[in-house]
Amino acid sequence: MKKLLLLSLMMMVPMFAQAAGGPSVALDSIEVDASDHSSLQRGMKTYVNYCLGCHTAQYQRYSRAAEDLHMPEDLVVENLIFSGQKIGEQMTSAMDPKVSAKWFGAAPPDLTNEVNLRGADWIYTYLRTFYVDDSRPYGVNNVVFPSVGMPNVLAELQGIQSKSCGEVSEYDTHGNPAVDGVTGKAITHQSCDILTVEEGSGSMTPAQFDATIYDLTNFMAYMSKPYKTDSHRIGLWAILFCLMMTVLFYFLKKEFWRDIH
Amino acid sequence: MSNEVANPTRRRVLVGASLVVGAVGGVTALTPFVASWNPSAKARAAGAAVKADISKLEPGQQMIVAWRGKPVWIVRRSAEALANLDTLNGSLADPDSFDAKQPTYVPNTPVRSLRDEVIVMIGLCTHLGCSPTYNPEVVPTAFDANWQGGFYCPCHGSTFDLSGRVYKGKPAPTNLEIPPHFYESDTVILIGEDGGNA
Amino acid sequence: MGVGNPNRAKAESGIVRWIDDRFPLTQMWQDHMSKYYAAKNFNVWYVFGVLSLLVLVNQILTGVWLTMSYEPTAEGAFASVEYIMRDVEMGWIIRYMHSSGASAFFVVVYLHMFRGLMYGSYQKPRELIWLFGMAIYLALMAEGFFGYLLPWGQMSYWGAQVILSLAGAIPVVGEDLVQWIRGDYLISGITLNRFFSLHVIALPMVILGLVVLHILALHDVGSNNPDGIEIDQNKDENGVPVDGAAFWPYHVIKDLVAVGVFLTVFCLVIFFFPEGGGYFIEKPNYEPANSLKTPEHIAPVWYFTPYYSMLRAITQPLFGLDAKFLGVIVMGGAIAILFVMPWLDRSPVKSMRYKGWMSRVWLAIFVVSFVILGYLGTLATTEGRTTVAQVCTLLYFLYFILMPFYTRMETTKPVPERVV
Repeated sequence: MKKLLLLSLMMMVPMFAQAAGGPSVALDSIEVDASDHSSLQRGMKTYVNYCLGCHTAQYQRYSRAAEDLHMPEDLVVENLIFSGQKIGEQMTSAMDPKVSAKWFGAAPPDLTNEVNLRGADWIYTYLRTFYVDDSRPYGVNNVVFPSVGMPNVLAELQGIQSKSCGEVSEYDTHGNPAVDGVTGKAITHQSCDILTVEEGSGSMTPAQFDATIYDLTNFMAYMSKPYKTDSHRIGLWAILFCLMMTVLFYFLKKEFWRDIH
Repeated sequence: MSNEVANPTRRRVLVGASLVVGAVGGVTALTPFVASWNPSAKARAAGAAVKADISKLEPGQQMIVAWRGKPVWIVRRSAEALANLDTLNGSLADPDSFDAKQPTYVPNTPVRSLRDEVIVMIGLCTHLGCSPTYNPEVVPTAFDANWQGGFYCPCHGSTFDLSGRVYKGKPAPTNLEIPPHFYESDTVILIGEDGGNA
Repeated sequence: MGVGNPNRAKAESGIVRWIDDRFPLTQMWQDHMSKYYAAKNFNVWYVFGVLSLLVLVNQILTGVWLTMSYEPTAEGAFASVEYIMRDVEMGWIIRYMHSSGASAFFVVVYLHMFRGLMYGSYQKPRELIWLFGMAIYLALMAEGFFGYLLPWGQMSYWGAQVILSLAGAIPVVGEDLVQWIRGDYLISGITLNRFFSLHVIALPMVILGLVVLHILALHDVGSNNPDGIEIDQNKDENGVPVDGAAFWPYHVIKDLVAVGVFLTVFCLVIFFFPEGGGYFIEKPNYEPANSLKTPEHIAPVWYFTPYYSMLRAITQPLFGLDAKFLGVIVMGGAIAILFVMPWLDRSPVKSMRYKGWMSRVWLAIFVVSFVILGYLGTLATTEGRTTVAQVCTLLYFLYFILMPFYTRMETTKPVPERVV
């Protein structure tokens, strides 16, 4: 519903997109795991349901995802392809980039290589740090990508998040709450970067939402380098072989250079 | 520099082992170059199996679909045409399709099909690749006064019956090729895959 | 039977004899392999020539294969690289071999050149080898520059934009020159098409030709060695240098060990770190080229960064020439001055082992300055960094400019008769 409302606001003024994202923003870090196929499958489901409408993944074929993520092709066709495309086709969308450029200021970019471009941590943090901001065309802003043109399509899952000012606890190097040695009180400082989600405003709890975004980011990391698993497997054998070959060549060299005095 | 090798066996073993290991490494390193010439994912997607809906295919009608750049004919033969097939064996070069290119699950019978009336064939003459014309009527023709219905190739005059079997004495050496295919349902044939049949 | 030198070496019989009667095969084999003697004290610094050859072969082989699937148009280039990485079977291996190979080429060539500086391999009678080598270096830099545009990513586009604009700094003809190179009013598919031709056909042929000349010139006078002694001065009763070992089989087999080590590291890079921490494949290149959107941070590829630093270090106009053009002159001068090394080094000894302490100190200063300049070239400028770059640029040039003096002034050590 909210998505529809946002989409109906047509942006007539094209905005010049600049390379964005503040490099100084601290990012939450995650470990992607290409071997966790269930996570990747859930992530793909989220992608086709929430992202593919605007963001193509035009270099990724459904058939490859089916094979790499261990999903039967007919299940993929039934549950993950809404466009009537065939299994071997690439994940494109029907949205016309000229139209979407008008709506959002810049055409939503293709995301096949997004994790290569920005890193998994960036994507994971970005998707979770939208907050209410009435000064923006779609009513939201983003901590990682200030003044982003993208509406918060995940708001129905996450709920409504706001940024406010307040006291933030500090932590010592061990991760324990810092405490003043004299008064025994917790040490805090003023911050206007506190993000809070209105309880119950989304269909997921914060923990569930984080897990969903992890899966989505994991899937996008897979898309960025679908050959990574193969690469590590082949690489290990290649390196071991080269090492063994080097050792053999070393003994061959020693043998022949006995001739030289 | 010494002219005598202290331990010739050790040298021979090391040289031999190095040659073998080097050759194995060298050949293995060629793998990506050879593999990259295989049809890419793009080619495989374009060459993927094609569905043919035969629910509206009338007896005597021919349907053409494209698969891997080739015309695939799907023909529903009438009951009379089917009965006629058995009588033609004497005039055919390979009536039992022993030399024909067809999947193992397509029988070597006169009907040459998974289900009697409907036959699936690649519509290219086995001589030099022209596409023969469809002449199902049993009427005398310019190329055969005793025409029994089938296909005629205008390039060099090869003729085939309604099961794609080539007549004797024609330039085409073999019966028309039959591609891998199976019935996804009673009315849908998937051309390009063996399905459960292989 | 046969023309040419009738006294040339020939096989006794068989197919090889048939060839020898028509082509100097056995003679060439002896001249360049089985009877080419190189010093027996070659150390690790002597492997980089053969490794350069190996990487050259790699670049050509993988390059030919990439050309089979690459589309040299502005519309199709980026997508064709994705096609190679994702749709072509094992295409990603071939691509990474090529991109890692390009960086490996410069690592190996820089170390190869350093060996030359260290052991005086440019000194008489090897000046021509050095000149051919410098020409190869120039051609290689051009090859890398043209090749980097081909993926048509943001860094490809804007890196080319920045480097081409350097030519624009030349007074009077600059702007016209840049337009002539581009073939268009901006970098476009027209530029891409011609860079593709230069990268795939023209420069590889030039490089191959120069490498042949480089090796022929080397074999004519014989290789140098870590002691800088001419081994041909001391031959035994058979005419074989007493300090030499035949290239085949001894040096070939010794080089195999280096090849093995190199391939091990190369595989580690290709299969585990193909992006080289963002230095071999830079992150902005994962976005297609966009002439309307400048990336936050444009830097040339790592192997150009020392010269990029020098370019940026010149901030003041002088003699009526603006800073940008002066920067281009300094940058060009830094490469040009390398050409005249053989005539700057006035030392009576070749190898750093026997030169005085001044030569060692200056070589160390040169290396450190070059590395610092390289590192600074990857970063955005600040006032402090610019000052450091200016100091390092000065020190870089002083290494050469003062060389005629400190190499003549210093006390050298006695050079031994036989190699150590």
